[in-house]
Amino acid sequence: MKRVFDRPQSLADVPMHYCPGCTHGIIHRLVAEALDDLAVREKTIGVASVGCSVFAYDYFNCDMQQAAHGRAPAVATGIKRVLPDRVVFTYQGDGDLASIGMGEIVHAAARGENITVIFVNNAIYGMTSGQMAPTTLLGQKTATTPRGRTATDNGYPIRVSELLATLDGAAYIERVSTHDPRHVMQAGRAIKKAFTAQLERRGFALVEVLSTCSVNWGMSPQEALDWVRDHMIPHYPLGVFKNTAGEEGASHD
Amino acid sequence: MAKVLMKGNEALAEAAIRAGCRAFFGYPITPQNEIPGYMAQHLPEQGGVYLQAESEVAAINMVYGAAGCGVRVMTSSSSPGISLKAEGISYIAAAELPCVIVNVMRCGPGLGGIHPSQGDYFQAVKGGGHGDYRLIVLAPSSVQEMADLTFSAFDLADQWRNPVMILADGLLGQMMEPVEFGDREPVRVEKPWATTGAQGRRPNVINTLDIVPESLERRNRALAAKYARIAQTEMRWHEYKTTDASLILAAYGTAARVARSAVDLARREGLRVGLIRPITLWPFPVQPFRELADGSRQFLVVEMSMGQFVEDVRLAVEGRGRVHFYNRLGGMVPTPREVLAEITAILAGGESR
Repeated sequence: MKRVFDRPQSLADVPMHYCPGCTHGIIHRLVAEALDDLAVREKTIGVASVGCSVFAYDYFNCDMQQAAHGRAPAVATGIKRVLPDRVVFTYQGDGDLASIGMGEIVHAAARGENITVIFVNNAIYGMTSGQMAPTTLLGQKTATTPRGRTATDNGYPIRVSELLATLDGAAYIERVSTHDPRHVMQAGRAIKKAFTAQLERRGFALVEVLSTCSVNWGMSPQEALDWVRDHMIPHYPLGVFKNTAGEEGASHD
Repeated sequence: MAKVLMKGNEALAEAAIRAGCRAFFGYPITPQNEIPGYMAQHLPEQGGVYLQAESEVAAINMVYGAAGCGVRVMTSSSSPGISLKAEGISYIAAAELPCVIVNVMRCGPGLGGIHPSQGDYFQAVKGGGHGDYRLIVLAPSSVQEMADLTFSAFDLADQWRNPVMILADGLLGQMMEPVEFGDREPVRVEKPWATTGAQGRRPNVINTLDIVPESLERRNRALAAKYARIAQTEMRWHEYKTTDASLILAAYGTAARVARSAVDLARREGLRVGLIRPITLWPFPVQPFRELADGSRQFLVVEMSMGQFVEDVRLAVEGRGRVHFYNRLGGMVPTPREVLAEITAILAGGESR
């Protein structure tokens, strides 16, 4: 019988610790599929960050380094600069990348650091049990915004892709979602493009992946997926914000 | 090779390149700026990487990444910048990554001043970052040692898979002295643990997380055992005229240069005074202090901090000899005459202040 679906070689055959309904597992798989498709697993070094995806070093079947909170782009810079012919990626959440690590990501992008960043945005701190993130929506209730985030007290959620796309060093910036199969497929294509940009030495590439946290959002997995569609996408529009190889501005439907 | 006249910072940088350093990540801060300047000029000529990071925090994490790939890598900074690196240093120690961290100390606390000080002694030898870890800490006392100890630092880092700190100060960094580099060859160590791409082998992981207490305790104990082996084998110090001395000066770095001159002044007056100068601040050279502290001798610690180094001297002397203390602060460097006055007072049976 012909085998039509299998575990990517770049994904380790181990159980993941992620909560039911969490889309980290899907996004891990998309990254692994891209590494397999491009046949770069054996020359890839991934950088795990701090947050729910901290154990990514156990899940990707390639060389991995685990970075301090927010510092994955700096660690990746150190790796890529001394091993420029290897493929280097970071896998970071929104607390890690857009709060404590904002300095590192902005400067890595500004330098046009030739790395690929997978930025998983679920608008909350998951690992530490549901605190406000820099990407938490106005009105969204979290452990530290129990009456909902207000602009007066907490300021505004940050649109990271739009911000980084203004930098000359950014080669490829796209925002995708994982709330239904069609968008998951689209996310996979974006991630592959972001690795291709690195292989073509075009500079900094980032894919922002809208994701869920049903446990800390207090929703069922399906409600959480619907919430991404109905609440996150209106604030975080999907599309390509930067592509030095063309296709810029091609927003998704 | 003939001697050349160089600043301490430049001699340190040249020695690093000769020791095989092939990546440098730093951020500007006085009084160490000659180091990144020299590296920016000369490291690319050797096929190395020079990168000015956006912050000290980023720089030390770039060091983590490059060290994890098995490359000889260095960063340098001065006191406030080392505070910013402290988190990264803890991670590097935990991941057992070899690298060299240079602290050309200035005075603090806070922004302090840009003049020489030894106020980061505790930070260097007792921790600085969080958790149980140790740095090998080397304290040069001349431009020649800025070069020689930096070369050794890279070998020690690789040999022990441990970060090594060069604890210098603004005076040693800025002063010029003749220095000779010689034909020393780096000791090359295999690094099968490095993340270089898992080609034909199982993936390597550089990691500091271990949330299972039983497992992390094993890891902590393994680190402690390594530190114990380092302490046994790597203690280094220099003694000067200690054999017949009844008063032993104890000092490191710049303070030791002054103390040595004070010993010469005292000897000219017929006073039996010597000097012990630790070269490794961690591991602290406990053994020679124990041998000298036989009950017949007193000690005078000279340091450019509030009373940090003196604590380790007291621990090593274990009460078998009075430990006197003289210091200057805020970027002031003690003079040999000042120290001689202390020596004279102590030997006359008076009190050191």
